[in-house]
Amino acid sequence: MTSTPRLSPKRKIAPRRGTAEATRPPIDASGESVPIRTRGLTKRYGDLVAVDGLDLEVRAGEIFGLLGQNGAGKTTTILMLLGLTEPSGGEARVVGLDPARNPLEVKRRVGYMPDSVGFYTDLTGRENLRYTARLNRILAADAETTIDEVLEQVGLTERADDLVDTYSRGMLQRLGIADALVKDPDILILDEPTTAIDPLGVVEILDLIRNLADERGLAVLLSSHLLDQAQLICDRVGIFHRGKLVGHGTVPELAKRYGFGTNRLEIVVDPAADEQSVRAVLDSIDGVGSVDRGIQGVIDPGEAVAEARGGKPDGQSDSAKTAEALGALKASWIVSVDPAREHEVARAIVDRLVANGIGVEHFSRLTASLQQIYRVAVERTGADTAGHVA
Amino acid sequence: MTAEAQTPVVRRQRSVPRAGWMVVARKEFADHLLSARFTVLLIVLGLAAAIPLYFAADAIRSVASQVSGGQAIFIALFWLAPQVGGDQVTLPSASSFLAYVAPLLGLAFSFDAVNGERSEGTLPRLLSQPIHRDDVINGKFAAGLAIIGLVLVAVVAIISAFGLLRLGLVPAPSELLRIMLWVLLTFVYVAFWLAFGMLLSVLVRRAATSALIGFGAWLLLTFFGGLITSLIGGFLAPLTGSNEEILRNVGFQQTISRLLPDTLYREASLVLLNPQVTDVSTPATVGAYQQAQERIPSLLSLDQSFILVWPQVVALVALTVACFAIAYVRFMRQEVRA
Repeated sequence: MTSTPRLSPKRKIAPRRGTAEATRPPIDASGESVPIRTRGLTKRYGDLVAVDGLDLEVRAGEIFGLLGQNGAGKTTTILMLLGLTEPSGGEARVVGLDPARNPLEVKRRVGYMPDSVGFYTDLTGRENLRYTARLNRILAADAETTIDEVLEQVGLTERADDLVDTYSRGMLQRLGIADALVKDPDILILDEPTTAIDPLGVVEILDLIRNLADERGLAVLLSSHLLDQAQLICDRVGIFHRGKLVGHGTVPELAKRYGFGTNRLEIVVDPAADEQSVRAVLDSIDGVGSVDRGIQGVIDPGEAVAEARGGKPDGQSDSAKTAEALGALKASWIVSVDPAREHEVARAIVDRLVANGIGVEHFSRLTASLQQIYRVAVERTGADTAGHVA
Repeated sequence: MTAEAQTPVVRRQRSVPRAGWMVVARKEFADHLLSARFTVLLIVLGLAAAIPLYFAADAIRSVASQVSGGQAIFIALFWLAPQVGGDQVTLPSASSFLAYVAPLLGLAFSFDAVNGERSEGTLPRLLSQPIHRDDVINGKFAAGLAIIGLVLVAVVAIISAFGLLRLGLVPAPSELLRIMLWVLLTFVYVAFWLAFGMLLSVLVRRAATSALIGFGAWLLLTFFGGLITSLIGGFLAPLTGSNEEILRNVGFQQTISRLLPDTLYREASLVLLNPQVTDVSTPATVGAYQQAQERIPSLLSLDQSFILVWPQVVALVALTVACFAIAYVRFMRQEVRA
């Protein structure tokens, strides 16, 4: 993948003892295509199992979202990947190295932005980055060009020589990403990169992360509890609940697995059409289940719709804010249909709407929102993990 | 990955690996130098030394002419407790003033070393850089040592320069050596407080709390410590009975007071600065006491003085090492997350 292999001495690491590990496929040292790989990674704090048998893979050039509530074990996982916390069991390979045994080399190649990242407030942004460069033993001359580059990339060039004290939360977050990039990493690990930022700032940061993954070919692992944001940029996601990965894959894959997506249709009709008559037409079709209102492009109906349309200014819903930010504010209809008769019913809907003089502007099958997938995934595993965490 | 293949990235050369702790120490040292507390402490310490110095210089000038062949007049600047206002008030000597204030110097540069990084949220970021975890605490301690060394040398240089000008006396080589050794001793004493502050910064989550505890300990050990130990000593070994008993009990009380780092430092400081001091302990028997009374006053040579205070110096070093070791171990075992 990389033009110059930087993976210094590939040590063959003897498999650990224990039957559980022995039966698992061994992790080889070629971490280049799969920079992050874990097998049965476990962390216990006394009786509490913070991370339980985690199997994870993050590939180069992809953004992987580690999703879960606060306290689900996301940060603990990240700390283990960085060698900042020793795992209680299982193993991890980061760029082909075991972070527990070779933390320095791992930390040299992984850029990490911690949850609510902090900087030395009595230094400028540039001085903070310079310190990081020194800690990474980058030559001073190289460091200056690199720092200029990354500051440019995150859009902080103009404020670089101001004290960090004067930065907003969003700027700190962007400086955090710049800080992680200074060492020219192969992997970027971002812990809650978008918490406590205004909606517009979120869009900027997500764009930035997407570009980094595309342009630099970085593997990005980000953790978040904000599911709709994760859905916007993650190539694949892992749903984390009480230390266990209860599902992982692309959002459509997960949707299929958890029974969503194949039986819901999104329809946008001519805005001039009368709402009552549209509802009447849809209700009259055989095979149509529930009929709801939604916003085109924003997949989770419910409060988001009410807030966006009702215009509650203090609305807390992130999906509504995101929708506004993205400028996608078209009311849609969401219709659930009998999966077995989906095609037939879909055709019937279009025919009947048109026959009734209602223009159809957009018609598509709907992928479930991560929020819904998450709820089902967690509920489904709730039974077997209920007594799990002490 | 194709993007990378098309535009070959020239991997940066890394500089000759400089140890992580040195990078940390350099940054911390620069921070200290530019900090307000550095300026404040320099002024406080300078004043603490300058006031007694001014009066001591007068006293020395008035007696210097009567002394013939005095070998240790210059150094009296440091230890002479001047009397002001017609012998009514005795000021503490410059070295005694420094003994009061010096602990602050150590505490000020370490009480927020680790918990400050925690509360600013910089610790996880720092530890995720390719350095060892102990590089952080080692670097911070090294920077603290460097800065207290700098302050001490600066203050002593000012005192000496003042002495040169005001007294018109040039210190003898042996006096210079004594002063240097005394600075070294003071350095060790301040290093103890630095290590103590470091320990607090590891154990206590909030910087404000650790500052309060540190200053509380400073007040207790430096100002009230003598009071408390003499109370305890007086209770356990009252100064009554025969002369033999009294002498034994005085010795016991001295032993108790030596549990305080402050006492250790003051004793060692006195002996190193003043060649006339030939003993730090009261004689254990009446006979020895009488002998001491009858001894012809003489000046100790430097090595003799040094041998006299060796136990005190070793005890101070041991305390410093113990504090730092506990701080080190606790820091290494702490979770990265708060």
